[in-house]
Amino acid sequence: MAGRIPTGAEKLVQFLEREGVEYIFGLSGGAAIPIFDALVDSKIKLILVRHEQGATHMADGYARATGRPGVVLVTSGPGATNTVTGLLTALMDSAPLVVITGQTNTGNLGKDAFQEADVTGITYPVVKHSYLVKRSADIPRVLREAFHIATTGRPGPVLVDIPKDVSSGPCDAPFVDSVDLPGYVVPGHAERASLEAAAELLGQAQRPLLYVGHGAVISAAGKAVIQLAEKLRAPIVNTLLGKGAADETHPLHLGMMGMHGTAYANKAVIHCDLIMAIGARWDDRVTGKVDEFCAKAKKIHLDIDPAEFNKVIRPDVSLVGDARLVLEDLIPLVEPTDTTAWLKQCDAWRRQYPLKYPKRGGLRAQHVLDRLHHLTEGRAVITADVGQHQMWAAQFCKTTANRHWITSGGAGTMGFGWPAAIGAKFGRPEAEVWAVVGDGGFQMTMAELATAAVHKVAAKCLIINNNYLGMVRQWQELFYENRLSGVDLEGNPDFVKLAEAYGIKALRISRPGDVDRKLKEARAHDAGPVVVVAEVIKEDNVFPMIPAGAPVSHMIVDPPKHRLEKPVGST
Amino acid sequence: MAAPEPTHEPAGIARRRRSDVHTISLYVNNKPGVLVRVALVFSRRGYNIESLVVSPAAEGDFSRMTITCSGDPATLEQIIKQLHKLVDVVHATDHTEHDAYETEIALVKLQASLHERTEILQVAENFGAKVTDYGSESMMLRVYGSSEKLDAFIALLRPYGLRELVRSGKILMVRGLQET
Repeated sequence: MAGRIPTGAEKLVQFLEREGVEYIFGLSGGAAIPIFDALVDSKIKLILVRHEQGATHMADGYARATGRPGVVLVTSGPGATNTVTGLLTALMDSAPLVVITGQTNTGNLGKDAFQEADVTGITYPVVKHSYLVKRSADIPRVLREAFHIATTGRPGPVLVDIPKDVSSGPCDAPFVDSVDLPGYVVPGHAERASLEAAAELLGQAQRPLLYVGHGAVISAAGKAVIQLAEKLRAPIVNTLLGKGAADETHPLHLGMMGMHGTAYANKAVIHCDLIMAIGARWDDRVTGKVDEFCAKAKKIHLDIDPAEFNKVIRPDVSLVGDARLVLEDLIPLVEPTDTTAWLKQCDAWRRQYPLKYPKRGGLRAQHVLDRLHHLTEGRAVITADVGQHQMWAAQFCKTTANRHWITSGGAGTMGFGWPAAIGAKFGRPEAEVWAVVGDGGFQMTMAELATAAVHKVAAKCLIINNNYLGMVRQWQELFYENRLSGVDLEGNPDFVKLAEAYGIKALRISRPGDVDRKLKEARAHDAGPVVVVAEVIKEDNVFPMIPAGAPVSHMIVDPPKHRLEKPVGST
Repeated sequence: MAAPEPTHEPAGIARRRRSDVHTISLYVNNKPGVLVRVALVFSRRGYNIESLVVSPAAEGDFSRMTITCSGDPATLEQIIKQLHKLVDVVHATDHTEHDAYETEIALVKLQASLHERTEILQVAENFGAKVTDYGSESMMLRVYGSSEKLDAFIALLRPYGLRELVRSGKILMVRGLQET
C-alpha cells in the first residue's frame, strides 16, 4: 500500500521500532485495538500479560536490568488504572517507563463512555510527565518527548493517553529527532565552585563515609565511587537500591545501611565525621530520626535532582549533576587524609557484628539466600519482592555488579518481584535471573506464571514461604505484644502444584539438607521458568533492625529479650 | 495613583496578616493540565493557595501564573523546587523579597441604605475606588491597589452591608528590565 498515509497507531509502532524497542508488555482492550493491530506487522515482540500491574513491573524490571526504557501498552479505564501501582513504583525508584494507554474517542471524553476514565487526571501524582494526545499529527512529537523525559535526568514513568480516534486517524507528521522543552533541564557536570567546596570538606575529614544510592546505579558511577573511596581511603555503604553500583564485596565496602542494614555499616554512619550522599535521598529507612542523623558530621549531597537538596537534610555542600560525571570531576581535586584509624575501626565492627542467623531450628530463609549467593557466586540478577525475604536477600546476597539487584524500594510494592524478574530476563537473556519473593507478595502477581510459561522465560522464582505476611508479623511480635492481626496467610495454595498447573517445573525445599541440591537443580533448568518453594519456619525475624523513626544508634542487633516501645515512625 | 492608607483600624475587624504571605510567579506552557499539576504540588503538602491568577504571556504559547500562599518557609522552598521539576514549568520564582510592583483589583457589592451612601462614597474617594453600579437597593465599587489596601478598604465597608466580594488575586511584575 505504497503512499498510504499511516494511522496514528502505525506511526506510533514505527516510532517504537526506530527507538529500538524490543518488547512491549501489555494487555489489549477495545480502545487500544488500533495499536495492537499495528503491532501484528511489527518486529516488536508483544508480551501479553495477565494483569496490567504485571506489565508495568515487567517493563520496570526490563528497564532496571538494561538501563533502557520499558514500554507498556494497555487499554482505557480499568486497564489504565491497573497501571497506577506500577507507575508509583517506577516514580519512587526513578525507573524509565513509557506507559501507553488507550482512551475512548475524543468526542466521548468526559461523558462517562464505556471504559472511560480520566487517566491523565488519576495519574498526575505518579508520573514524571504525561500526555493526552488530541491529534494524530502530535504522535511523533509526543512520543519523542515521552522517551526523552522518561530516560534523561532523573528517570521516571511517562504516560501517553491516546484516544481511539487519534490512534486510528491518519498521521502524516514526520518523525522528529529533537525536543523543544524549555521547562526541562538535564543536569550533567557540577559547578566548579561546589566541586572545590566538596573537595575541601573531603580533605578535612578524618572519618569520611560514602553513602551510595540508586542514582549511582542509574549513571553507572560505580567505578568512580570505588576510585574516590580508594583515593580517600573511605568506607562505602549503600542503600537498598544502591546495591551493586559499587561491588559490595570490595574491601572498603560495608554493605547496606539503614533499617535492616548491617550493624557495621550503621556503626560507620553513627561515627563518621563526613557523609557524602551519591545519588541517594536520605530516605527515612536510611536516616531514622532525622534530627539525630549524623548530627555532627559534615554532609555533601550529590544528586541530579536539585529538589532533593534541603528536602530532608541540609547539606554543607550540594553538587547538582550526573553522579558519574561529577565524581570523575571531583576525584582529581581531592587530597586524601590519613584514615588508617577509621578503617581499622570499621574492620573491627565488621568482625564484631557479622551478619548471622541460627543454624538450628528448621529451614531458615537466611540459609537459603546465603546458599543462593554462594552457589551463584554473586553473579545472578536478583529481583526481590517486599518484606522480610527482601531484607534477608539484601543482607545475604551481596551484589557485585551494576544492575544485578532490582527491588521496589521507595514504594515497597508487594507483587513487584516476580514480574520484574520476567522483564529482567527478557532484557538480559544471558543472565541468571532469580526472583526472591514471599508467599504474600507472590500471590499478588502470580498470574504472570502463565506469561513466563508461554514465552519459556527462564527466570527462576524462589518463594520464601512462611505462610505469613512476615514483616508485619515481626512488628506485631516486637512492638504490639504479639497481637497478630491481618498477617496469617492461611489458605495459601501448594505453590509447587500451582506452578505445575501452569506446566512450570517446580521444586520444594523442606529441610536445610535440601537447599544446595534443589538450588543446583533449579540453576540447571534453562528450558523455561522454574519455581522453588522454600518452606521456611513460620516465625523468624530480620535483624539488625532500627525501629522506624528511631535514631540509627537505637539499632537492635540481636533479638531483644524484653518488649519494645512502639515505633514513632509511620511505617 | 496611590490612595492614602487609612489611618485607623476599624474596631472588631482583624486585618489579614500579610507578613507570611508569599507571592510566586510561574512561567508555564499554555497547555491543558498545567494548572492541575501546579495545584497538586501545593495540595500534596497540605499547602493552601490563597489566590491564583493565570493569563497569557506576552509571546509564544506560554502563560503567567501568579500565586499567593502562606505557610512555613521550608515547605515553600520544597514547593518551588517541585514546581521547577514540572516539565511544563519554565521557571518558578518566589518574589516575596524582590523589588516588584504588585496590584490587585476588587469588586464590592453593598446593600447600603441611601442615608449611608455619603459615608461610603467618602471611603471610596479616599481609596480611589470607582462606583460601577448605583441602584436604589445596592451599589457596586471597584478598587485596585496593594492587597493590604484592599483588605483595609473592605474592612471599612463591611459594616455597611457587604453583599458580595470578588477579588482578582494579586498580580506582580518585577521592576526594571529583569524578568519576572
